[in-house]
Amino acid sequence: MRIPILRLGDILLTSIQSDITDEQALILQADILKQLDQTQAVGVVLDISALDVVDSYMARILTETARMARLMGGEVVIAGMSPLVAVTLTEMGRELVDVLTALNLELGVEKLRERLASLAGESGEDVADGSR
Amino acid sequence: MNTLGDPTAVAEVPVSGECDISRARVVAAGLAAEAGFSRAAIYRLATAVSELSTNLVFHASAGGTIRLTLLKRGPSWGIEVTAEDKGPGIADVELAMRDGYSTNGGLGSGLPGCRRLMDEFQIASEVGRGTTVVARIWS
Ligand SMILES: Nc1ncnc2c1ncn2[C@@H]1O[C@H](COP(=O)(O)OP(=O)(O)O)[C@@H](O)[C@H]1O
Ligand SMILES: [Mg+2]
Repeated sequence: MRIPILRLGDILLTSIQSDITDEQALILQADILKQLDQTQAVGVVLDISALDVVDSYMARILTETARMARLMGGEVVIAGMSPLVAVTLTEMGRELVDVLTALNLELGVEKLRERLASLAGESGEDVADGSR
Repeated sequence: MNTLGDPTAVAEVPVSGECDISRARVVAAGLAAEAGFSRAAIYRLATAVSELSTNLVFHASAGGTIRLTLLKRGPSWGIEVTAEDKGPGIADVELAMRDGYSTNGGLGSGLPGCRRLMDEFQIASEVGRGTTVVARIWS
């Protein structure tokens, strides 16, 4: 089964379940990249609140998805990352490097919007600088 | 283990496919919850079981089993996880225990992470015969 991706304006939302297989993860990555490429979407919120654990396998899927989305010019926030998950991940020896995180979906969307707004601000200045 | 009194093997989960991984994890977490482990300890155990099960699926040709045993030492409860397989074995165990070492493009933090998450950790492996990991966590 394909993992559904919702669109909320220029933000993509998707929820990752515990039983995601390697193959589904690859399809999901491809789907996200396609939507970033073909729609107005510029950011992704990956909701992981349904995961019972984030083991190294899942950590790899999450970081890879985030990295690929970034390469496409998208921003990624991982939502639903409880302190318990964060601590265990750190002990596993792998933090989710360089990925924005939020406690829940709502805060995740908020964080992504802030991030996108500040990026837009920056590039706006760039344009102004360039035209001078 | 004799010093621990009567260890009871409470569950044995055959693990050969990806869907068995979450089952092993759920059984382990349920057992720890019943034994009164803290949420943090349950989470550590579940993560460790996940790592060991994943290794059974991806590194041991025909999979293996996850055995869970309840231990009692004085006032505290322990859970022992044994991950056993008759797969290809590991040529250099010390290397396999190193952070970031993986032969299949994984993160390579499964075994070292499992050692950090659990209170006790042992691994024995023989090339051509298989691998056994025994890890324990105490309440
Ligand atoms: N049960 C096993 N049988 C054979 N080899 C194993 C087993 N478990 C682990 N290994 C070897 O040890 C390496 C490190 O394992 P691990 O730390 O879990 O990292 P990863 O699974 O990400 O590769 C694996 O890449 C594999 O070569
Ligand atoms: Mg592993």
